[in-house]
Amino acid sequence: MYEEDKTRMRIGIDVGGTNTDAVLMDGQKVIAEVKTPTTADVTSGVVTVLRNLVDARRLRAGQIQAVMIGTTHFTNAVVEAKRLMPTAVVRLGLPATQALPPMVDWPDRLRKVLGGHVYLCHGGHEFDGRHISELDPGELRNVAEDIGRKKIRSIAISSVFSPVNNEFEEEAGRILEEELPGTMISLSHQIGRMGLLERENATIMNACLRDLAVHIVDAFHGALAEVGIDAAVYLSQNDGTLMSVDYAKRYPVATFASGPTNSMRGAAFLSGRLDCAVVDIGGTTSDVGMLQHGFPREASIAVEIGEVRTNFRMPDVFSFGLGGGSLVREDGDLRIGPDSVGYELTSKALCFGGDTLTTTDIAVAGGLSDIGDRSLVAHLDKNLIKRALQLMEDRISASVDRMKTSAQPIPIVVVGGGSILLRDRLAGASELIKPEHFAVANAIGAAIAQVGGEVDRIFSLEKKSRDETLEQAKQEAVDKAVAAGANRDTVHVVDVEEVPLSYLPSSATRIRVKAVGELQLEAESVAAGN
Amino acid sequence: MRQVTENDLEDLAIGAAVLGTGGGGNPYIGKLLAQQAIREHGPVTLVDTGEVPDDALVVPSAMMGAPTVMVEKLPSGDEIIRAFKLLGEYLGRPITHTVSIEAGGLNSTTPFSVAAQMGIPLVDADGMGRAFPEIQMVTPTLFGIAATPMALADEKGNTALITTVDNRWTERLARSITVDMGATAMIALYALTGKQLKESMVPGTIGLAQELGRLIRETRGAHGDPVSAIVNRLRGYKVFEGKVADVQRRTEAGFAKGEARVDGVGGDAGASLVLRFQNEHLVAIRDGHIVASVPDLIIVLGAETGEPITTEELRYGFRVTVIATPCDSKWRTPAGLRLVGPRYFGYDIEYVPVEERFGAVVRA
Repeated sequence: MYEEDKTRMRIGIDVGGTNTDAVLMDGQKVIAEVKTPTTADVTSGVVTVLRNLVDARRLRAGQIQAVMIGTTHFTNAVVEAKRLMPTAVVRLGLPATQALPPMVDWPDRLRKVLGGHVYLCHGGHEFDGRHISELDPGELRNVAEDIGRKKIRSIAISSVFSPVNNEFEEEAGRILEEELPGTMISLSHQIGRMGLLERENATIMNACLRDLAVHIVDAFHGALAEVGIDAAVYLSQNDGTLMSVDYAKRYPVATFASGPTNSMRGAAFLSGRLDCAVVDIGGTTSDVGMLQHGFPREASIAVEIGEVRTNFRMPDVFSFGLGGGSLVREDGDLRIGPDSVGYELTSKALCFGGDTLTTTDIAVAGGLSDIGDRSLVAHLDKNLIKRALQLMEDRISASVDRMKTSAQPIPIVVVGGGSILLRDRLAGASELIKPEHFAVANAIGAAIAQVGGEVDRIFSLEKKSRDETLEQAKQEAVDKAVAAGANRDTVHVVDVEEVPLSYLPSSATRIRVKAVGELQLEAESVAAGN
Repeated sequence: MRQVTENDLEDLAIGAAVLGTGGGGNPYIGKLLAQQAIREHGPVTLVDTGEVPDDALVVPSAMMGAPTVMVEKLPSGDEIIRAFKLLGEYLGRPITHTVSIEAGGLNSTTPFSVAAQMGIPLVDADGMGRAFPEIQMVTPTLFGIAATPMALADEKGNTALITTVDNRWTERLARSITVDMGATAMIALYALTGKQLKESMVPGTIGLAQELGRLIRETRGAHGDPVSAIVNRLRGYKVFEGKVADVQRRTEAGFAKGEARVDGVGGDAGASLVLRFQNEHLVAIRDGHIVASVPDLIIVLGAETGEPITTEELRYGFRVTVIATPCDSKWRTPAGLRLVGPRYFGYDIEYVPVEERFGAVVRA
């Protein structure tokens, strides 16, 4: 029997496209790690990793207090246009916005899957809070009738300038819910940022994933039940914080890109560096991201998902075609990638007896790793090895440099299975860290995640001072974190950003505040642990 | 005369961002608006200036306001129709053509929605040959053509018609009306005859924008060098190649001002270039010496991709090539330089045309 303080045991799982990784953690300590192939059905892969962890440590399932899961299911569903539900889109803003109706910039394929049910209604705000037009309850009831007739069960609601004032979206949501009990409603101000089309797109994606969200969450619960684990379940969000399963059922888009985020957060945890660059080297590609105060820097421009522009918070990640399976070719010039043997590395790479020269072979021949059989790469030209190692280093350091905001050397943390490609130095790095457990940094990132709250909207500085306004924004963020499940005593503000708006009267400013805290585990589970 | 279709606008928006010299507003919304209008009303007829009758009544059309608001409060689509109707009634004659006032950025595509909806031809020309931040900064101003009577319309149904004593007053009044309308408005102004258009506007710039976009796309497709292709087409010069090392921005009097420093690579290694901008790039300063200035076009392109990079997008680490290309000759007159020369923007230097600065250098 494994004797540990069971109130602190957590499992972190990262369900990726290729592998499902999992770790068992006791507080800040990694007790066990597992990697298995991801399965087509949600449940069995998760059951496998859970079984492995529990068996490996002879745990009683009851000793696990919380399970944190990061998943790519929802991103893949949109990219593949599969398992999406018909969705109605209600936009409040008439007479404005008619020139570009909802989903105007969606690929036909996706629009068809969702049904193209769009409704333009009155409402919306000006930048300074004035109403464009008043909300018309009668109009919304007519819309509800039509939606009801079409038997659509999920509705996305957007309103012009709702990040500044959400009253119309809330009110319209109430009316539609009243007319169509049981309908799932997604409100844009809770999902995206300024930029109507992009925010609305993100909201529509959220709405069309609601059925799938229920299904996936149930599947996770089913997997836990099968292994006999009775613990709280949380899903990873793309900002590095957790959400409850109830929240996840309502906001599945918040999981988009949680994989790279978890990797980066895991890297921060493993290396103890809160401000650094993280390079996650996989089999085919590498991702570079920047950590600021332990959280990923967010992308400031529109991000396309399945060819649709969205603007919700996403980690700012630069990906390039270099991984442990990348092909190395010498035809005049030395070329590495972007094509890769991918998951077939262990059959195709030279050091595994295959016939393809990969970056892993270079690393093995260069003495950086001893996986496979070194004798199979002993014949490689020394000069080629040297040049290939240098080329990989140059490309990684150039990619990190691209993401940096100043020329200062910074710590660089390298994680992922492809970490073996790098020697222990890199141009532009004040230090290069390859932490232990680097292959499961993503699952660790899921396990250690905190709970957060965020405010991002335009504040008028006409009636309040700047300090008072900032204070108000910070308080709102803290309250949101607590509402999301954080322990109030541990919540602190991690990021404040103020952006004055060009071409607007100087009194308007956009403020983004983010607060995070430790997860407040439920009273009964704490009691059960005593 | 030729027809412009929905697909042509992809290239056009990219090329317009090249001519936008770092500013000119977000071309994405403008492109969508134009594409949507063409989808609903059919292709737009683009005519050369030579095809416009001398007695035609041409009214330029544009979007005015805060870019941050334009991406949130989208137009209703009929604003410009109401503005045109109001102005047409005031002038007492039917409007026969529309034209772009600013080929750089968002307002290269705005007139396409007007032409498609109103069923009138669009003239292949503009009032700048690039982008500039203020209403009076157009070549027709140099020919004594008044911006007013000017009509403004918002999406709520409000319209305003203003007449002013000069074009700077137009900028002022129009700016405050626009803010009251909710910080965006569609505008119709600088009404002129076909004859006036031919002498006062910059011809061929819409077709040029489309060509530039196509050059970037096709050169990249053929693994060529898109930057050189742009430089050659615009008869310009490569000014500097390097990496963005620092960007500072501030908002002043409603404008996005700032500067970016680029550290040289290759032949420019060891040198650095500072770009000062007010929405658009104003001057390029190499190691303390101004090497290019308004009204010539200072354009920042991705070093490998040739994609234009706006001042808002500029970030540390970007590999860029800075190019400078000659402005339209109308800007090089004393009156033109008073309106948009370096002194207007606060730089106490003589304007020297980019060909004189770089002419001795081997053409890129």
